[in-house]
Amino acid sequence: MEAYLALAVKAIFVENLALSFFLGMCTFIAVSKKISTAIGLGISVMIVQSITVPANNLILTYLLAPGALAWAGFSDVDLTFLGLISYIGVIAALVQILEMVLDKYFPPLYNALGVFLPLITVNCAILGGSLFMVERGYDFGESVVYGVSSGFGWALAITAMAGVREKLKYSDIPDGLQGLGITFVTAGLMAMAFMSFSGVKL
Amino acid sequence: MAHKRREMLTDPLVDNNPITLQVLGICSALAVTSSMQVALVMTIAVTLVTGFSSMFISVIRNHIPSSIRIIVQMVIIASLVILVDQVLKAYAFEISKTLSVFVGLIITNCIVMGRAEAFAMKNPPLDSFIDGVGNGLGYGLILMLVGFIRELFGAGSLFGITVLPTVNNGGWYVPNGMLLLPPSAFFIIGLIIWAFRAWKPSQVEEREYKIQSVEAH
Repeated sequence: MEAYLALAVKAIFVENLALSFFLGMCTFIAVSKKISTAIGLGISVMIVQSITVPANNLILTYLLAPGALAWAGFSDVDLTFLGLISYIGVIAALVQILEMVLDKYFPPLYNALGVFLPLITVNCAILGGSLFMVERGYDFGESVVYGVSSGFGWALAITAMAGVREKLKYSDIPDGLQGLGITFVTAGLMAMAFMSFSGVKL
Repeated sequence: MAHKRREMLTDPLVDNNPITLQVLGICSALAVTSSMQVALVMTIAVTLVTGFSSMFISVIRNHIPSSIRIIVQMVIIASLVILVDQVLKAYAFEISKTLSVFVGLIITNCIVMGRAEAFAMKNPPLDSFIDGVGNGLGYGLILMLVGFIRELFGAGSLFGITVLPTVNNGGWYVPNGMLLLPPSAFFIIGLIIWAFRAWKPSQVEEREYKIQSVEAH
């Protein structure tokens, strides 16, 4: 239990996907103009992340890893080179399914999050989460914790960013730095703030 | 025609740069720039993937039903990225270790998808290939620029060769360690954008709120 807690703290603060690995930056910069939309996107990322990371973990363990196909009688087959294409396929399919399920059973939620869901397929944070899971060799339990907490960390970062930007638009910024430039500098300052977590261990 | 093609290749370098103007593909631009060597490998990989994926998508553009085009594009891009990944693992294992997940993340690099969707779906194969290569190079330009600054001032070397001998090794240069850490990449890109826009004022964004000066009575 303690190990899971340590993993969660690490994924949320120390190794924040957005601010220390720069994943999902495109949407992070593009959709952080208003707090309400940022929260909506953050929640969608968290939901998708906590489904796709464990799902890809299962795919890896039971289909792709060397010897994983032993249950089907192919004990010496190694399909890890198909990893990338399967993970992105799983992500695209799950996002599509999630969209349809939300549309059918939870229409209010669909109306709130619907516009963000297609964006999420090409959000590097989602694929990045799955790839980190593979690289670090998490087991199923760890990948559930990692999925939820890394998604939460990303949501936290984008919400904070939107809060800063809402205030920032009233300030007098040099012409060339207006818009994109100042957003990058702000993100840099936030990343520095998050670096102060780097010594934290549970 | 030849002139137009040359323009397609050079236009994304400065005038329509994917990173500073179109805001595409920033994720990897920040993460892989702590040394020039890694940035160069990443540039080559992205340029190849963007060029060839645009070309292949353009070849079959008239046969792709529009409702499943994203999936089709994704499959083509993912297959190319797998090729790049396997080649890197076979011939440059050390670098592929440093790049870790970021080779895989070329799949979700918005530049590749963006060019496929915006250009390759409407234009013939050769033009699409040139457009893809141009955009890959525009991305690479920023990448190399950031990598140059970070490696030169952060570690005192370029491509791993010592240029400014650091104090630790008996030289005179005190390296700025912060440049090797992630946040510095944000600042450098922010400043590069500022420089680009000071040079080309047409790229400056509109203000949302104008600050009105109060006239003195």
